[in-house]
Amino acid sequence: MTDLTKLTLADARAKLVSKEITSVELTEAHLAAAKASDKLNAYVTLTPEIALEMAAKSDARIAKGDAGPLEGLPLGVKDLFCTEGVRTTACSNILDEFTPPYESTVSANLWADGAVMLGKLNNDEFAMGSSNETSRFGPCLNPWKASDSDADLVPGGSSGGSSAAVAAHLALGATATDTGGSIRQPAAFTGTVGMKPTYGRCSRWGVVAFASSLDQAGPITRSVRDAAIMLGSMASHDEKDTTSVDIEVPDYEAALTGDIRGLKVGIPKEYRVDGMSDEIEKLWTQGIDWLKAAGAEIVDVSLPHTKYALPAYYIVAPAEASSNLARYDGVRYGLRVQGDDITDMYEKTRAAGFGEEVRRRILIGTYVLSAGYYDAYYIKAQKIRTLIAQDFKEAYEKVDVLLTPTAPSPAFAVGEKVNDPLSMYLNDVFTVPVNLAGLPGISVPAGLSSNGLPLGLQLIGRTFDEETLFRAAGVLEEAAGYSAEPSTWWNEA
Amino acid sequence: MSVDENTVRRIARLARIAVTEEEVPPLTKDLSTILDWVEQLSEVDTENVSPMTSVVEMEIKMREDIVRHDNLQKQVTQNAPQSEDGFFTVPKVIE
Repeated sequence: MTDLTKLTLADARAKLVSKEITSVELTEAHLAAAKASDKLNAYVTLTPEIALEMAAKSDARIAKGDAGPLEGLPLGVKDLFCTEGVRTTACSNILDEFTPPYESTVSANLWADGAVMLGKLNNDEFAMGSSNETSRFGPCLNPWKASDSDADLVPGGSSGGSSAAVAAHLALGATATDTGGSIRQPAAFTGTVGMKPTYGRCSRWGVVAFASSLDQAGPITRSVRDAAIMLGSMASHDEKDTTSVDIEVPDYEAALTGDIRGLKVGIPKEYRVDGMSDEIEKLWTQGIDWLKAAGAEIVDVSLPHTKYALPAYYIVAPAEASSNLARYDGVRYGLRVQGDDITDMYEKTRAAGFGEEVRRRILIGTYVLSAGYYDAYYIKAQKIRTLIAQDFKEAYEKVDVLLTPTAPSPAFAVGEKVNDPLSMYLNDVFTVPVNLAGLPGISVPAGLSSNGLPLGLQLIGRTFDEETLFRAAGVLEEAAGYSAEPSTWWNEA
Repeated sequence: MSVDENTVRRIARLARIAVTEEEVPPLTKDLSTILDWVEQLSEVDTENVSPMTSVVEMEIKMREDIVRHDNLQKQVTQNAPQSEDGFFTVPKVIE
């Protein structure tokens, strides 16, 4: 039975269609693996009854020849997506036992295409973090351990539950969200594929908001093909999100031709940051060689404002967060702490409900938006954002995609950076510019560090050109031939 | 630019988050560190640059301006920490 969790999403789909296996068998295997994985703390809510009911319905549809594109495939859902009748918390105490009476558009799209929900996955509180340590449910652990240490490592963040569950075979794939790197960095830390599509490709309706001009949903999977399959179902135009685009969703799987001859791949020199480790540098060079060998043309490019992306992000994202999170007032949903009057109630509720990092960002955001500072901080940062987007635009006059490392280091230990906000923020140095410019980006597992931990390479594409990105990522994946798996130290079965 | 303790108390008040006196000094330090770091943006000449307003160029969509009666009172209030007869309830605001 456990072998069924070893399948990729594409392989499982083929076996379901050929009736070699049933969705109930596949779902039971994943539920068993998930139940035996408490040590990882990847799932914050497991929904076995819902999963088995959906699986049985999928089997019935397959029997009738009525299968959807994701029919019978069990997936995990980040706890940032509202799921009808299933507690949704964004891993924050302030949402308490909030149980949405509606379904997010992205998850509704998955279920409409036949997918099966296994449960809700851990994340940093309100998706604010790069290590999944700020969750109200405690840290999620990386299934990977270094060869020279038994220390618990972080799975990256904020979509740490998604990356850990997929790497540990507790789901065939998982939904995730990315505001500054929250899909791609956890994918790199766990040896999985993480795809952040162009801003507007997936509807944000029903996704707990962090920074609305940056947030975007995408999949974490174990192969590029699986990511293409999942994104094809997740993406849609949605009249409930005015920023979702009204353009056709292409057949991403068909884009995986394996042929990148003549593709122009840009290498941005500004991504060679100080203090980047030799092994990251070596992997990047290796990636360049792989794409060159596959017939791509390598072009050096410059993105001169790269170093300002991170500080600009830490103005824009907290500003939007402070505004979005104003809704948590103890009145309409979530936690309430009684006070002497209504203001006292607000202040006590929000003090009790928000964790340290979220509070820090709300305060920064409130400060940069406050009278007298708005122009100096917020408008300044939005101007920098224009310059960053222009840098990319100019680069894309010369190249089709960009190749960079995903993160400056492999996974680090739990507790190592959680008390040092700045060093935590630096994790996203290669991913944040992509969000500021609204571009699609994908992280592909490309190798192991000297102490046996996964490392990822990032490809960045043109606006709404996820197809070229998938095509290049497929070639990179094939060339890297990455097949490493973590030991199953967490398994209690 | 660094912030002082009074500024931290003031923005916590604006953000409606209670902070204890013991929390003020470490918060002041954290916020100052972050604000000092973002200060590097002042190096960039943005004199003739427009601030970004939309990350993806798109036309603003219009929809029909119609009234809908979905009768969702129960769903709207079902997650409220306190509600009565389909209304949210709060501490008395007007004496």
